[in-house]
Amino acid sequence: MAIYRYDSSFEGFLSCIFDFYEQKPNTLSIVPQHHNALSFFDTSEDVITDPEKAQRVWKGLKQKGGSETTTAIHRAFLSEIEGIEDILLSYIIKCFKEGLSIKNYADSDVLRISKVVKMVGREKHRMDAFVRFRETKDGIYFATIAPDFNVLPLNSTHFKKRYADQKWLIYDLKRKYGIYYDLHTVETIELQLSSDINTTSQASLYFTQEELQYEELWQNYFNSTNIASRKNMRLHVQHVPKRYWKYLSEKKPS
Amino acid sequence: MNFDRIKEKLNILADAAKYDVSCSSSGSKRANKNKGLGDSSGMGICHSYTEDGRCVSLLKILLTNHCIFDCAYCVTRKSNDIKRAAFKVQEVVDLTINFYRRNYIEGLFLSSGIFKNADYTMERLIAVAKKLREEENFNGYIHLKSIPGASDELMREAGLYADRLSVNIEIPSASGLKLLAPDKNREDFLKPMRKVKNEIIQYKSEKKIIKSTPIYAPAGQSTQMIIGATGETDAQIMYTSAYFYKEFQMKRVYYSGYIPISYDKRLPSIGTEVPMLRENRLYQADWLLRFYGFDVRELLTKEHPNLDADVDPKLGWALRNLDKFPVNINTADRNTLARIPGVGMRSVHKIIHARRYRNLNWEHLKNIGIAMNRAKYFITCDSKDFETKDRTPGQLKSMIMQESASKFRKAYSSQLNLFDSNALPTL
Repeated sequence: MAIYRYDSSFEGFLSCIFDFYEQKPNTLSIVPQHHNALSFFDTSEDVITDPEKAQRVWKGLKQKGGSETTTAIHRAFLSEIEGIEDILLSYIIKCFKEGLSIKNYADSDVLRISKVVKMVGREKHRMDAFVRFRETKDGIYFATIAPDFNVLPLNSTHFKKRYADQKWLIYDLKRKYGIYYDLHTVETIELQLSSDINTTSQASLYFTQEELQYEELWQNYFNSTNIASRKNMRLHVQHVPKRYWKYLSEKKPS
Repeated sequence: MNFDRIKEKLNILADAAKYDVSCSSSGSKRANKNKGLGDSSGMGICHSYTEDGRCVSLLKILLTNHCIFDCAYCVTRKSNDIKRAAFKVQEVVDLTINFYRRNYIEGLFLSSGIFKNADYTMERLIAVAKKLREEENFNGYIHLKSIPGASDELMREAGLYADRLSVNIEIPSASGLKLLAPDKNREDFLKPMRKVKNEIIQYKSEKKIIKSTPIYAPAGQSTQMIIGATGETDAQIMYTSAYFYKEFQMKRVYYSGYIPISYDKRLPSIGTEVPMLRENRLYQADWLLRFYGFDVRELLTKEHPNLDADVDPKLGWALRNLDKFPVNINTADRNTLARIPGVGMRSVHKIIHARRYRNLNWEHLKNIGIAMNRAKYFITCDSKDFETKDRTPGQLKSMIMQESASKFRKAYSSQLNLFDSNALPTL
């Protein structure tokens, strides 16, 4: 089996698709470069990311399947789920060959992709909800997140539209990059973050006094609006899974 | 900012506002304008959930909990001995803006106890909304309470700043209202509702001709009923809902299981369990009315005035109408598919798309995600295997219940036990 290794960018993945159609290997698996589970009999090749090739594949897909198809492929890709590249490849082959619709839910690849797309969409929506900005001393609304999937690129429009009049920065601690809005455009940035930025004891170093007060007001509000006689922790955790608690100021132990 | 004082007020006035169920922030069309703050053109967002599992989408507070009325079911009733507080207009504005900037909330839900009179109170609510919109260029979501008895002019103004307006009728029947809130009358509730409905219609039709017509209460109106405080049947409640949906074009009717807050003899005593199962069944029925094409008369009748506790209302309906089944998944139209127990609207959508490409069999249906434990008795598909036996509704029901585990099993089995132990002599 042939194996293409790529730089884990979306353009890189699309370049692999391009090379696949050029070289036509019988069976192919596409894996990110940091993935090193190669078996002895496989031949592996590092695919160089080529924006032009990527663009051609993207255009072709759009022509064949419409923007619903390309959106689904992009979102499923952002899941970073192991093996998602191969499922997408298998779908893309069928899409180009037989025009398989992304809505043909009786096809197992389509069904799998649609489930992953839904998971990614849900995570994106969660980040729209769970980001908690804190105003830093230099006037930037700052938040850290660590989403299950690489959804930050999907969040950018939402926050740009909403917080048009304030500088903000959302940083993905897991993938070590963030998006920063400077009142004009949103840019992707990488930062050296101090490790104590999220600790309560050091908060007054980075954040304004007012910030800490509003955080306390929010915590208070959160507790007062709860109806104790309807307590339902199972439902609570279902909606706000514990892995997100560390970034939610209302769930921090006070 | 006098931080400690604000904190105290916030605690009192959020605590008093929490019995209002609505926290929806969807359905508005207010986009960000002039690079101001906020945008509520997208879908609603629940920013957090309290430990009771309810969503926190809006900053839900009362402007004040001083009130001239003495409604038995309400915590802020005049005769209740509690701490009272009142926000200044600017304080609410500051809280809203600062919570919004930190992505805590989608906007403000402002209600109030009634001080002095209806118009005076309504004016103060409008003042907050107006300040947010005009001085702060705030485009987040604003839900204002329509104060019963407020004048038409004020209601007209309110809709220009608010995304949603609501009046809670609270008690489903006029007789119940008379019992628990003798100083209020039903017409006071309906008057602002009617005014807002008419304004919405008028603004919409004007907007078709003149594009610059401002949006008026784009997320519509809602209302709320307390469940289990007075002796209404489910039929009375749902017929009232259906009336509000039809007559006032309500976006939502909310059902709020009564939480005992008083030793008043007219009400369930403190410590009585909140009727959550009943509340859930009413919401299910509500969904059937709004999204599944059911008519309230199909779900509840004189002979059948209450929803089943042990099965959902759609399954209950299907068991009473077995002659309409089985349905062929591959040929039935959308409305018929929507009536199959265990098939939700998302599955209907998926079935309709998938069957364009091939006939669906059990495997496909399972993968699409329909609840087979219920659905399989009511459908045929591309397979020779299907339920051929004619069973009675009772048999079907017990078979389905044996196979499924409802999270409410404990609730309804204890309700049934209670019933058994008090077995009525006439039965």
